[in-house]
Amino acid sequence: MSTFSKKHLLGIKDITSDDIELVFETADNFKAIINRPIKKVPSLRDITVANIFFENSTRTRISFELAQKRLSADIVNFSASSSSVSKGETLIDTVNNILAMKVDMVVMRHPAPGACVFLSQHIGANIINAGDGTHEHPTQALLDAFSIREKLGSVRGKKVAIVGDITHSRVALSNIYALKKLGAEVMVCGPTTLMPKYIGSLGVKVEHDLMKALNWCDVANMLRIQLERQDNKYFPSLREYSMLYGLNKERLDKLDKEIVIMHPGPINRGVEITSDVADSKHSIILNQVENGVAVRMAVMFLLAGQG
Amino acid sequence: MCSFKTNVFFGVIIYSMSSRTILEKKQFLVAIDRLCYELIERHADFSNTALIGLQPRGIYFSRRIHKRLSEITANDKILYGELDIAFYRDDFRRGKEQILPSKLNINFTVENKKIVLIDDVLYTGRTIRSALDALTDFGRPSKVELMVLIDRRYSRDLPIQPDYTGISVDTRANDKVKVEWKENAKQDLALIVTS
Repeated sequence: MSTFSKKHLLGIKDITSDDIELVFETADNFKAIINRPIKKVPSLRDITVANIFFENSTRTRISFELAQKRLSADIVNFSASSSSVSKGETLIDTVNNILAMKVDMVVMRHPAPGACVFLSQHIGANIINAGDGTHEHPTQALLDAFSIREKLGSVRGKKVAIVGDITHSRVALSNIYALKKLGAEVMVCGPTTLMPKYIGSLGVKVEHDLMKALNWCDVANMLRIQLERQDNKYFPSLREYSMLYGLNKERLDKLDKEIVIMHPGPINRGVEITSDVADSKHSIILNQVENGVAVRMAVMFLLAGQG
Repeated sequence: MCSFKTNVFFGVIIYSMSSRTILEKKQFLVAIDRLCYELIERHADFSNTALIGLQPRGIYFSRRIHKRLSEITANDKILYGELDIAFYRDDFRRGKEQILPSKLNINFTVENKKIVLIDDVLYTGRTIRSALDALTDFGRPSKVELMVLIDRRYSRDLPIQPDYTGISVDTRANDKVKVEWKENAKQDLALIVTS
């Protein structure tokens, strides 16, 4: 096995397919560990990690925190709403103050695209991007691809449709990079208003008809409609979006094959996906959540192990 | 005994080491047979005993022991697993090389079982210390024993000794003990390489 090529995990764009495979192989071990009675290993016992969240998060934050605890790391949690950021402190000042307390690794979520890259140029700790605005969410893409590999045996050659708000989704961008690097075919599907203008340059197919996309794919990754990032109206109403792009049982029943359903969460039930589909046996949504802990343990173990 | 002379090529020393064979094919078979009978002496029917090989290099030896033991006792139900210790090592972030895990394969609980840990070479004892930590995360064994093919005597960093030994050798700190298996290197051979 090779070693992880980067000091930070800022995005999927700048890591190699070997790095991704290494994360997967390491995550296999951690998945076995988190499924046994004693779920903890001592690897990161002399490491302190700061979780710095400038944006709300439930799943990612809990997932990172559990992963850190299962690696025996010490943790400091920080959220913008309850900190001096609201008093006007800059990002570098905030982080440097935290680092002055001897923190070895920073997990950061920030609304500005590129915030983690900026930070990596100014501080020495390992940085893991937990989502930077509409740019990348690398650990989500890793756990999505890991879940596809687990369900279908491999990612190579599989057809994955990413459906929904492509423009505002960091999950979409990171997923496209990861899936392409692992040899999958990727299609994006959504209304033209939610499709970035140059999306074709990423080497993905573009489709505006949900049924065509579903008929083509092996895996459908249904994205959340990110109302909080939409200043303008990109579609007339949620009801209309749901009628055209919502995944429901009738649509699934019309297909002549079974497809795997994914969703990065949190789900807007009844908008991009109906409850009966989200809770069906085709859905691997909760497997994604479980795998998230193993994949994040693998990422932190590999980054910390570089010394 | 075979040795390599120093070759000087364009003024650069490219090879300077000698090696001494300590075990060959036939001695491997004899040692494995003897160790199996020692196990039988202490464990009788193996109903509450599990053999656990240590990843990555101990598994070739432990698989041989498990196979031969199953043949001798005509018992194909002897519990066998393979333990990875990467997450328990005490040199994480301290060495130059990145520590990477190997496959873990223990499909039984170790609670109240007699465990025989199996590794190829015992040197500083640090691997075994890590293995003991890793093992207790699978439960509380009633007893843990250690079997090694080669015991490098007088070189321990920790108070750890084997219960079953294939061969004991005296080595210097800069010697390397190399074990090759048919499964990974075409032949069964154990060498001491002196640089």
